Amino acid sequence: MLEIRNLKVKLEEEDKQILKGVDLTVDAGTVHAIMGPNGSGKSTLSYVLAGREGYEVTEGSATLDGADLLEMEPEERAAAGLFLAFQYPVEIPGVGNMTFLRTAVNAQRKARGEEELSAGEFLKEIRARASMLKIDAEMLKRPVNVGFSGGEKKRNEILQMAMLQPKMCILDETDSGLDVDAMKLVAEGVNALRDEGRAFLVITHYQRLLDHIRPDVVHIMAGGRIVKTGGPELALEVENHGYADILQEVA
Amino acid sequence: MMALAQAKRAATEARLAALEIPAGGGWAARAREEALARLRETGLPARRDEYWRYTDPVALNAPAPEPAALFDPQEPMPFSEVDRLKVVFVDGVFDPEASDDLSMAGIEIERLAEAAARDIHWAKDLYGVLEARGQSPVPRPLAALNTAAATDGIVIRVTGKAPRPVALIYLHRSETSDAVLHHLVRVEEGAELTLLENGPAAARLNKVLEVDVADGGAFHHVRAQGRDHERRAATHIFARLGEKSVFKSFTLTVNGKLTRNETVIELTGDNAVAHVAGAALGDADFHHDDTVFITHDAVECESRQVFKKVLRNGAVGVFQGKILVRPGAQKTDGYQISQALLLDDDSQFLAKPELEIYADDVICSHGSTSGAIDETAMFYLRSRGVPRDEAQDLLVIAFLAEAIDEIDDEAIADDILARLQAWLARRRR
Ligand SMILES: Nc1ncnc2c1ncn2[C@@H]1O[C@H](COP(=O)(O)OP(=O)(O)O)[C@@H](O)[C@H]1O
Ligand SMILES: [Mg+2]
Repeated sequence: MLEIRNLKVKLEEEDKQILKGVDLTVDAGTVHAIMGPNGSGKSTLSYVLAGREGYEVTEGSATLDGADLLEMEPEERAAAGLFLAFQYPVEIPGVGNMTFLRTAVNAQRKARGEEELSAGEFLKEIRARASMLKIDAEMLKRPVNVGFSGGEKKRNEILQMAMLQPKMCILDETDSGLDVDAMKLVAEGVNALRDEGRAFLVITHYQRLLDHIRPDVVHIMAGGRIVKTGGPELALEVENHGYADILQEVA
Repeated sequence: MMALAQAKRAATEARLAALEIPAGGGWAARAREEALARLRETGLPARRDEYWRYTDPVALNAPAPEPAALFDPQEPMPFSEVDRLKVVFVDGVFDPEASDDLSMAGIEIERLAEAAARDIHWAKDLYGVLEARGQSPVPRPLAALNTAAATDGIVIRVTGKAPRPVALIYLHRSETSDAVLHHLVRVEEGAELTLLENGPAAARLNKVLEVDVADGGAFHHVRAQGRDHERRAATHIFARLGEKSVFKSFTLTVNGKLTRNETVIELTGDNAVAHVAGAALGDADFHHDDTVFITHDAVECESRQVFKKVLRNGAVGVFQGKILVRPGAQKTDGYQISQALLLDDDSQFLAKPELEIYADDVICSHGSTSGAIDETAMFYLRSRGVPRDEAQDLLVIAFLAEAIDEIDDEAIADDILARLQAWLARRRR
């Protein structure tokens, strides 16, 4: 589903290479995890895939079901089925959460040539999904992420993912800053979406989340590259020994 | 009296020569003469005057207006869904045929000329009176000119709770019309009125609205100032507030080559509340100026100024807002915010926020900012599939929300929001 080949990325504004040749293939129906020290380029990878400005791809490619992601506008990538749960979800004062979600859902449907959801259909859908994530009506009415706690912001990301039904879901440290209960809610939200036609790329520091969302493949990223790939046991190794051993071994 | 600069005197006399002061005697004639004297004393505004540095008054002063093409946005008129009493003016002239019957319970409505023809009328104590008070410390010559020369207008006295809003509708049919309108509103003790205004009015409009709100009265005002691209306008609101009275005014402005809206409010009774808000959207040849002067002269009064402007393609926005707290006006709660969202580097926002406080136990705050679209928010919206234009519109409306929230009536606020959305949508096609 997602194919990344030798992806090299530098900052647009300064001469700083951040991704130094990333290779990654994620098949439909699988869950991949990326772990790695702070500053290794994990968020940069997710932003570049989602189409954030400020980065320059100097080499390599990234495709979603064969379509060149790097050629598309962010909204086109979203309509093509890519979703990024932000490490730091953005607050948008003045835009109601509900309005935002409805605009997003219908914009994507329109882009795919589908009929827009009626107000009634949308309401039914969002109520069901929000209650699963313990998001109440009050939170839906408030401006996007404004005044939300860290946990509420992350649950709101998962709610958006659930409403948009993307096929390639990237979660950037969705677990960081969450207490155990909130993390379980997030994990349940993700697991409810697991499906043969859908894939996940879960960026995390902790084994904890991976206890709930069981990955098929675990990658270690360091210095802008994927330096090691293995099964779920690799995450345990990081949990027990930190990154030092692995980094030394591949150095 | 200081000698007026020669250029100022010449401009003033040239304008006066082109004007026809309405005939008739009595109190109105005296009020006009006095206004004329006020105008001759200050002269018409010039770029060098302290509150005209950001806005060029030449087109507002000129003996004749520049022609303004008519524009049909092909959408329903603002407030069409609101059950209202319609008072229609065509190019600044009252049109009884197009207007509703002016009788309504709890309220007296007359044409200014009718009131002026009577020896004894309540309007005598209001016409030009608040305007004259508002001339100091800052002269407002275009308002004095208006009192001297207004040819039409409506006078409203409210004695109870008006059952429905009064809507002043200004149609623009002639490309060269020059309208001078003067309205009076007297809200008696405990009475309530909502006044709506909409329409481009004329190629050039000079309008004064004097509002006297007695103790415990409430005046709500919402206007949709549009929409002809080439129109010009100078408007003044002068308001005086009695004890525990409420005055709330909101203005939406879209299009127009030049608009100067001045609002001058005196809080003279304790515990009075005055809110003035504005949302302006300008594209290209658009210059919009909000000049506000609020004087606190009683205790425990509250005033709020909330002004937001969205500017693109070289549009210019101006905000000059002052809170003056007189000695003894303790427990004043004054708030002022003026913000511009600049959608490109060509557009410009000029702000002059001022506080002048002579009482020690007050809370007053003011802030002024101008900035571009928040790119982080933009990316977040787009990453959810919202196309750039749509995302920008969402952020524009979000930016204006604080001003629109100042409208108490939900149906009217929704109507204003619909105007905004239509304006934005026209620019997306
Ligand atoms: N916009 C940016 N400006 C400056 N430095 C950046 C920017 N984005 C990323 N970096 C740098 O790139 C490196 C990788 O960052 P990031 O992708 O956030 O890492 P991770 O998510 O793995 O912690 C860091 O050194 C970070 O400081
Ligand atoms: Mg990161």
